[in-house]
Amino acid sequence: MADLALTLNVNGKSHTVRVHPLARLLDILREELKLTGTKEGCGEGECGACSILMNGQVVNSCLIPAAQAQGAEIITVEGLAEGEKLSPLQAAFLTHNAAQCGFCTPGMLIAAQDLLNRCPNPDENQVRDGLSGNLCRCTGYVKILDAVKVAAQEGSSR
Amino acid sequence: MIGAPAIRKEGRAKVLGSTCYTDDMSAEGALHGATVRSQIPRGILKGIHFGEGIPWNEFVIVTAADIPGKNRVASIVHDQPFLVGIGEEITHPEQPVVLLAHGDRQLLVKARKAVRLEVEELPAVLDLQSSLDLTQVIYGTNNLLKEIHIRKGEPDSVWSQAAHVIEGEYRTGAQEQMYLEPNAMLAVTERGDPNAQVTVYGSLQCPYYVHGALKQLFDLPDDQVRVIALEMGGAFGGKEDYPSVIAGHAALLSWKSGKPVKLVYDREEDLVCTTKRHPSRTRIKTAFDTEGKFLALEIDFVLDGGAYATMSPVVLSRGALHSTSVYCCPNVHIHARAAATNTPPSGAFRGFGAPQSLFAMERHMDVCATQMGMDPVELRRKNFLKIGDSTATGQIIQENLDLGGLMDRVLKEIGYHDKQKAFAAHNATDDPIKRGVAFSVFMHGCGFTGSGEATMASVAGVEGLADGSVSVLAASTEMGQGKNTVFSQIVAEALKLPVDMVNTAIVDTKYVPNSGPTVGSRTTMIVGKLLEDAAYGLKQSLIQHGFLKEPYSPEAFKEAVQKAHARLGSIKSYAQFHKQPHIVWDDASYRGDAYPTFSWACYAAEIAVDTVTFEVKVEDFVAAQEVGRVVNPVLAAGQIEGGVAQGIGWGLWEDVVSNQGRMVNNQMTNYIIPTSADLPRIRVIFLENPHPAGPGGAKGIGELPMDGPAPALLNALQNALGPLRLDEVPMTPERLLTRYEEVYGG
Repeated sequence: MADLALTLNVNGKSHTVRVHPLARLLDILREELKLTGTKEGCGEGECGACSILMNGQVVNSCLIPAAQAQGAEIITVEGLAEGEKLSPLQAAFLTHNAAQCGFCTPGMLIAAQDLLNRCPNPDENQVRDGLSGNLCRCTGYVKILDAVKVAAQEGSSR
Repeated sequence: MIGAPAIRKEGRAKVLGSTCYTDDMSAEGALHGATVRSQIPRGILKGIHFGEGIPWNEFVIVTAADIPGKNRVASIVHDQPFLVGIGEEITHPEQPVVLLAHGDRQLLVKARKAVRLEVEELPAVLDLQSSLDLTQVIYGTNNLLKEIHIRKGEPDSVWSQAAHVIEGEYRTGAQEQMYLEPNAMLAVTERGDPNAQVTVYGSLQCPYYVHGALKQLFDLPDDQVRVIALEMGGAFGGKEDYPSVIAGHAALLSWKSGKPVKLVYDREEDLVCTTKRHPSRTRIKTAFDTEGKFLALEIDFVLDGGAYATMSPVVLSRGALHSTSVYCCPNVHIHARAAATNTPPSGAFRGFGAPQSLFAMERHMDVCATQMGMDPVELRRKNFLKIGDSTATGQIIQENLDLGGLMDRVLKEIGYHDKQKAFAAHNATDDPIKRGVAFSVFMHGCGFTGSGEATMASVAGVEGLADGSVSVLAASTEMGQGKNTVFSQIVAEALKLPVDMVNTAIVDTKYVPNSGPTVGSRTTMIVGKLLEDAAYGLKQSLIQHGFLKEPYSPEAFKEAVQKAHARLGSIKSYAQFHKQPHIVWDDASYRGDAYPTFSWACYAAEIAVDTVTFEVKVEDFVAAQEVGRVVNPVLAAGQIEGGVAQGIGWGLWEDVVSNQGRMVNNQMTNYIIPTSADLPRIRVIFLENPHPAGPGGAKGIGELPMDGPAPALLNALQNALGPLRLDEVPMTPERLLTRYEEVYGG
């Protein structure tokens, strides 16, 4: 099968890539663009470790065929900080120990950012609901809830 | 520094997404590896056939015949082959037979399916009872991977005179660790390279286990094998022993091809073939006097070990040693067996046998209280271990233990007595939602069992670097538990430095000593103590050589290290674990001090159960523990919260379903772990009672939180629904419905 040529915007930069027609958006990010912050935890859209923002919506990048990414605007975990400056959510995750092993963290941050974009002052149930598509096996979610709440209070939507 | 909520050392990289996990590493020209597995539980391998339509000449193909050294995975027992050879026995349905590597992953997937194995099938043993009944002899002469007897007093002299003799049988299912990062290895080999012929980078808990396994597989000396532990996306015991197999496979493919090989399991493969928590069956017979004091305990504890020994002998040991929970009993007989079945080997998982036996005992205590018409609080209080008492192995409790106080604190925190009354009234109404509150009391032994630490004689060290900072040299790995931070805090405290002047070195067997595996709640207490000693050694030698004078400022220490480094080159200080003379253990009789010390805990759960759907909701959870001194309260609380979440999952939802010895729900879609919407806020309480065995008085905490939730939840279900047959975890809605109907009808 012939490779597929695609142009997409990732974290504010335009990229043109040639990929296997069966490649997923996750493969483009990790293998073509070397943006390895986005993780593969299950490959079936269940764990959320590969969450990214695509045209402003949170999606599991393991479920997005490459062809669908043509022309898309993508934000990955690498696009959250401004240079060396952590985003309010990243800073809150760090100070509240919301990242233990760190493997779910990139997807969790993206899902939390999406939540705060939609709902700047969520109550605890809204946070639980907003993050329920992202599995974490280390924290029991307590510190993650704390971090999202603190980031919300400091105004993390944008 | 000890006691401070220092920020996680590697936390910034983790929130930036810049942490390098194994699959994030790129290696020039690396091939992808794949594993062809047996697919039948038992048989003799007769042939391997490579099907049509695949350009096999482009593939790297490894079979047992290609192994340069010994085809056995170095472990407690060297019984497991890396690959089954022609004419050899297949002993479980996921046994590796052929390894393939290719640059094109899509083609590799096709090729794996095109390999056909010719097998003469043999009758298999697929469950624990068939193994014990010896329907087929599949391991040794009696199917037992390990058998232990622990005896104290004369239980048989007691039964006939006891006021109450109560028996029970309890079962626990397998549990998947479900670390978010699937297993992954990258092997780079260079035949004839004097620095290291075989190098493996991977997601692994125990670098020196993998190092030992690769030495034996390739028949190479120590310095020719190098293992580098990368950041791990969780492990929980699941990356304790199986990584030796994966590392061996990746290295064999690399050795044959001369190219780097990456072997990364997808989730389905990881779930179906790697180790899980041992399923268990525990039978308990207890005798009490008229007051409810223990007279005798007989415990028959059995684990399903799967096809090979892996960690079963030591998992069984820990399970047996925790089976009497926190109670003093004058007459005890514990009979523990790990039996083989034709299923993928069971292995390490947080708690290591203790959650299984503690579930049985802590559940049994509530069953006994009900049968004797006693309050479960007072029944436990009458029997708690206290200073001067002896355990089943004859270990004398040396610490000032106040389990009653710990229990009362938790009951008060969750409002136990008021809620018991309120729920009794509520549950008498016709509301289909029934409510319950209950608890468990338990302990977890810190460090290796018995003589384990003395035999292993771990080494850890510190190094003064050219820039004046201090580096921690230890083989302990970071899997999210926080060892980078906790080790730095311990060394900073010993040297009176700010924590940012201490960092942990990369865990590379070429540079760090063998400080033992990262398991068994031993990292903070055992390795941390060695680091404390090594740090004192570094300070003393700086003083003796005239570089440093006490008292000193951090700046003065930094200058002293810089000067010493410039003058002497490398400055390192090591400490080794030595047998402590007051700790006595006899492996043959299982008598003596089973652990240097224990962490102690009481957990309480409040639940609501819907008697229409049998869905159970955990409404509140209080976890209180005495863990010596807490090194980092924020990280420690995170450990407890996460462990409790896993314990709740095991108690209610996480069900490994098997058919013909294979896990069939090997996906995150149908093996259910808790989400943020499923759990309450877990409320953590630490009671501090510094213990001399650990650095700054710290004890182990990693496994403890896995032990208490399951019995607390099922005790709470009993409180809500009455004395049903709540004898098994996970207590899924389906199982709960069956048991409800046994008592209340359909």
